[in-house]
Amino acid sequence: MAGTGTQTKNRRTVGPHCLNRRVPAWHRPISTFVLSFLCALAALTTSSLAEPPADAKRGQKLYRACKACHEIGVDARNGVGPHLDGLFGRTAGSIENFKYSSAMRIRGGAGLEWTQETLDAYLEKPRAFVGGTRMSYRGMKKQQDRDDLIAYLRKASDRDPAAHPEIPKPAHPEIGAEAMALTGDPDYGEYLSSECVTCHQLSGRADGIPSIIGWPKAAFIRALFDYKTNVRSHQVMQNMTANLGNEEIAALAAYFGSIDPQ
Amino acid sequence: MTRISRRTFGLFAGAGAASLALPLYARAQGKPKVVIIGGGAGGATAARYIAKDAGDAIDVTLIEANPTYTTCFFSNLYLGGYRTFESITHSYDTLASNYGITVVNGYAQAIDRAAKSVTMADGSKVDYDRLIVAPGIDLIWDSVPGYSEEAAEIMPHSWKAGPQTKLLKAKLDAIENGQQIVMVAPPNPYRCPPGPYERVSMFAHVLKEKGFTDSKITIIDPKPKFSKQALFQEGWDKHYPGMIEWYGPDVHGGIASVDPASGQVETDLDTFQGDLVNVIPAQKAGMIAASAGLANESGFCAIDPYSMRSKVDDNVFVIGDACIAGDMPKSGFSANSQAKVAAMAVRGDLIDSKVFPAKYSNTCWSLIESNDGVKVGAQYAATDEKIASTSKFISQTGEDNATRQETYEESVGWYEGITTDIFGA
Repeated sequence: MAGTGTQTKNRRTVGPHCLNRRVPAWHRPISTFVLSFLCALAALTTSSLAEPPADAKRGQKLYRACKACHEIGVDARNGVGPHLDGLFGRTAGSIENFKYSSAMRIRGGAGLEWTQETLDAYLEKPRAFVGGTRMSYRGMKKQQDRDDLIAYLRKASDRDPAAHPEIPKPAHPEIGAEAMALTGDPDYGEYLSSECVTCHQLSGRADGIPSIIGWPKAAFIRALFDYKTNVRSHQVMQNMTANLGNEEIAALAAYFGSIDPQ
Repeated sequence: MTRISRRTFGLFAGAGAASLALPLYARAQGKPKVVIIGGGAGGATAARYIAKDAGDAIDVTLIEANPTYTTCFFSNLYLGGYRTFESITHSYDTLASNYGITVVNGYAQAIDRAAKSVTMADGSKVDYDRLIVAPGIDLIWDSVPGYSEEAAEIMPHSWKAGPQTKLLKAKLDAIENGQQIVMVAPPNPYRCPPGPYERVSMFAHVLKEKGFTDSKITIIDPKPKFSKQALFQEGWDKHYPGMIEWYGPDVHGGIASVDPASGQVETDLDTFQGDLVNVIPAQKAGMIAASAGLANESGFCAIDPYSMRSKVDDNVFVIGDACIAGDMPKSGFSANSQAKVAAMAVRGDLIDSKVFPAKYSNTCWSLIESNDGVKVGAQYAATDEKIASTSKFISQTGEDNATRQETYEESVGWYEGITTDIFGA
């Protein structure tokens, strides 16, 4: 956990909830932890601070960068990434049936738990904090952005939705229904995949190109349709998906979905 | 003898049971044989895909003259100091150990198409049922008067990665402030269309890093325009103002000759003097393609767009830089893509496996300056006439820094991906 400590260096203080933030919560005396938690609550509700408090509404906008892969809130399901319902206090890599990288499972096994501090460090530089993570997000540089996003995550992942009526239920968009209805042929998918694996590695390694193995069918199909219909922008992927039909997309989803990360 | 699949064999070999390699030879008798000439992006990919997908039903032999392979793609990044030479050099060991491919380290001298046999430089013969020819390019030395294989020791081409790349790097690193660099760019068609201009960007990067503001780079180009021209010229203005001059044929009027002794490049307009002169001559398919009668008057080999099968011999396939691939550029990505189509067709021929319609794609990334990457790419389909582009894209001028950095990081990821796809894991 020494690495966690170094990750929290050089941060800007953002208000009273930042007392002792250089020390991860689980290293602090419990009273300090409680104090900082109360301060965090204060920061969310007080407007008379010298510096801006964490803004969950702004965080909700920043969350758009996460939405393609992560669902949040009651009824959230696993997608490309694990769902974020009940995130705070959860052990890393612990959701059953989600295909984590071995790196994330190992960190969870070693005791990594998602808190204000660990999320902050992870979101700042995901691949530095959990080397080998399959999350292809590059990182959020600004402390204020991370504070706002985490404030939103804290509210939206609350298992009691009544406490936050303004948080929408996760959307489960019905995209690619025709492809979803098909049973993809994994052999055909393996053939088609030869075009994909020039960049996307079958091992699940993500060196600048996202990992696409082990995704749920719905998430895979949605991603390809999002590129095909230019909802998600990426020149190569828009080009690659332009000529893919439903049968091909279903086959690719079946093939890549069947591969476990190493 | 217990039959084990190549995949299983790979697991055993990985566990250290290397002695199992011997029986594999013995079992090769009677199985259909595929021989691949050339272990580059095309040939090595084809070998791996046939071995991987055919189990132990096909005997695969890969003939390659060099013991290791240094990729041409990313060799410019070595010149610019972004990569080590080792990081762009790959071993054939995994193809042999994990895929059961027989890797023959030797020079294929000739192809006897009637006897279906490859003659090696040492006189030995390797028989085939299907042959995949992937020799890459040969340089047409006299396309630039005064240039020759000997001259390349003074004016390196470095258009085949290896010792020539190291030579160019040494000469680049020896440049002193005020000394001049001249590049003679190649005419179409040639390997890696954006390559010369990415290379010039790397030259400029090295000069800029050293603060050598008195050194200039001049490109003498036989072409009136070049790949990603607007992107490169925008990048050069931004990162290296006044450092790079590009002259097309309407300005220089024609390249008359080069003189290695004096470092001069003679054109109709003027004589250019370089302390480092990089001459990239015209190109043709690797020599063995022509000597086997596979190349046409263009110097390259005509193929069937649906299968990569040679137009002159049904038992032979030609892939990569040596073939005429319609709208596809000559690139490592293209060769890798064509190899998969050829591998499927070969399996269909020999073991009657299912053959799906051919699909081709290509993307070429180029680095202009640190974290300023650009890309161009397309998808292709086979038509009766040629491999034809169906959709394409290119980076835009004026893109923000974050996009360019993402493009560069993507190219690094692609390099890891494609080299794994070529050489196995």
